[in-house]
Amino acid sequence: MVTGVSRYLGGRFTQLLQADPDITRVIGVDVVPPRQDLGDAEFVRADIRNPIIGKVIAQAEVDTVVHMAVIATPLGAGGRATMKEINVIGTMQLLAACQKAPSVRKLVVKSSTSVYGSSPSDPAMFTEDQEPHALARTGYAKDSVEVESYVRGFARRRPDVAVTMLRFANFVGPTVQTALTSYFSLPVVPTVLGFDPRLQFVHERDGLEALWRATVGDHGGTFNIAGDGVLTLSQAIRRAGRPTAPLPQPVAPWIGQLLRRLHVADFSLEQMRFLSYGRVVDTTRMRDVLGFEPRYSTVEAFDDFVARQRLHGPLSKDNVTAVERRLVDIVSRGRVGA
Amino acid sequence: MPDARVIPIDGPERPRRGSPDAARDAVAAGAARATGERARRRRSSPLLDTGSPEAGVVPTGVAPGDPAAEARPGGPMPGAAGPGAAEQVPEWERKAAAVLAFVRRRLTGDYEVDEFGFDPELTDSVLLAAMRPLYRSYFRVETRGLENVPAEGGALIVGNHSGTVPVDSIMTQLALLDDHPAHRHLRMLGADLVFKTPVVSELARRTGTTLACNEDAERLLRKGALVGVWPEGFKGIGKPFSERYKLQRFGRGGFVSAALRTGTPIVPCSIVGAEEIYPIIGDLRTLARVLGLPYVPVTPTFPWLGPLGAIPLPSKWIIEFGEPIQTSTYGSAAADDPMLVFNLTDQVRETIQHTLYRLLMQRRSVFF
Repeated sequence: MVTGVSRYLGGRFTQLLQADPDITRVIGVDVVPPRQDLGDAEFVRADIRNPIIGKVIAQAEVDTVVHMAVIATPLGAGGRATMKEINVIGTMQLLAACQKAPSVRKLVVKSSTSVYGSSPSDPAMFTEDQEPHALARTGYAKDSVEVESYVRGFARRRPDVAVTMLRFANFVGPTVQTALTSYFSLPVVPTVLGFDPRLQFVHERDGLEALWRATVGDHGGTFNIAGDGVLTLSQAIRRAGRPTAPLPQPVAPWIGQLLRRLHVADFSLEQMRFLSYGRVVDTTRMRDVLGFEPRYSTVEAFDDFVARQRLHGPLSKDNVTAVERRLVDIVSRGRVGA
Repeated sequence: MPDARVIPIDGPERPRRGSPDAARDAVAAGAARATGERARRRRSSPLLDTGSPEAGVVPTGVAPGDPAAEARPGGPMPGAAGPGAAEQVPEWERKAAAVLAFVRRRLTGDYEVDEFGFDPELTDSVLLAAMRPLYRSYFRVETRGLENVPAEGGALIVGNHSGTVPVDSIMTQLALLDDHPAHRHLRMLGADLVFKTPVVSELARRTGTTLACNEDAERLLRKGALVGVWPEGFKGIGKPFSERYKLQRFGRGGFVSAALRTGTPIVPCSIVGAEEIYPIIGDLRTLARVLGLPYVPVTPTFPWLGPLGAIPLPSKWIIEFGEPIQTSTYGSAAADDPMLVFNLTDQVRETIQHTLYRLLMQRRSVFF
């Protein structure tokens, strides 16, 4: 059973699962009908915040639950209150239902590296065992932390269930839409003056493959999932060929709020911290225990995102190279003329 | 309470309300139909079987419009097509092309940084290059004992901190990059104030500094990097001129446990000359507290002369690297032995203190 199938990644993941011959039955759950074709997968229109989800699990004798209905963007969910309810109350209900269902053998939860927070006193890379230095107080990061703590509680109460939590870095790719992808799509990208955070991305295909591996494989535990290497924010914006607008740190939250009001981009306070201090995670356990090797590095994933979503701004590589050629041309012509 | 609706996606939408058994039978039939077809597909790489428009697209490892080919200075130049033509191109023109190529790489983000944010290209060709005149001509840094710094593998350089502004770390970095035979990059550990401060945090990460915490120190040492640490921290650089060359407390010995855990040698590093660049004669404590800074220095020239007060005094510097202290014989479990950690910390501190006294005796004057 997959929750959150009507959202892009949930839908793609369901398609993937139903293409697997060893998985006989795939049930997708969401509150709205899926926009994508789910193939042979069944769709159950149910709200995970509602105890009805327990009936669905019991009737279908679900053995594996993949929980993907954790929402990162309040605008997409219809406000922060709804988002929090879906994320936290939804997870609680789902886990309560799983706890009562003896058929459940495996639980895979899509979490995020935002549980580590972002602060200037962070180590350069987080491993799965490290505690965040500054606990998230708002937004998606706080929801993720709470979701994870409920999942850990569930794992204690049902030790017979293999629980896998995947902490994903920010998704990018040809189709996925997140707060960060719309941020990079702004014509002029605002940054925090004097800070150039390190970012990590995971390509949507790699993310799906990691989820698939966690679902069919037999590895319990928590894993960071991210592409190799890092990009600094300025580097990423340059690769998208966009000009930046550095804002002094004290006014940045105001501008962020303004952009949010105008529905231009979805900036939360934690996003501001992320865009100041960044975050990088260690993916050794992903390789060694989960046995997963991402196809796209952070840079390749970002470049693919820029190329496929046609984000090339005025400072794109082609334009800059053309100017460079012209300048070199002028220099050498000056020599020939003299 | 509304009941859950099961909608098989492959057929026309038939919303079913009623017995769960009927719903399950219908779904089971659908599943059985599909199983035969699915079994023919490969299981190993499901992503290639999804039939989506992007399936089968695999990154080739090279971005479109191979940057490596264009990165060579003169590569995209129309005037320098062949090797013969390149020889006729005057030196200044090749330099101009190289500068343009560098600017293009910076403008298009076509460079690499490591996980810590270290940007070797920018560090070597811009940031440290800007500091080189200071190193060569202004402070006339003399290096001694460079043979004590290993040419490869991890090592922890521990130095005395002084000078109000941490210029000594930049000079040590240049000493190891320019004068060490292996031209090694020094990766430094900085206080978290560094990473809180705008601009400074950005420059620090770019030049290879990371947060002074055990995780980062050990990660760098395991990678075989040369790590520089100044355990006195703000107590060292912010001390009054009257206490020059008196070593402050060496933190909590975290650097020793990092070296013990990774089995890397500790190289004591004594820096003479940095104390005199901005002699601190006073400290505006109240202002420092308001600004959240560890100290606000008053020197003979600052803040009296305004920006001119930022010009350091041209003292003559000596950087001496002492004999390495091997830690591999203790084993990594020794890091949990506080007595050993304290003893080693003291040993490093005493070594640096004695070397400082010896160097000061040898020094003829502060400025020559």
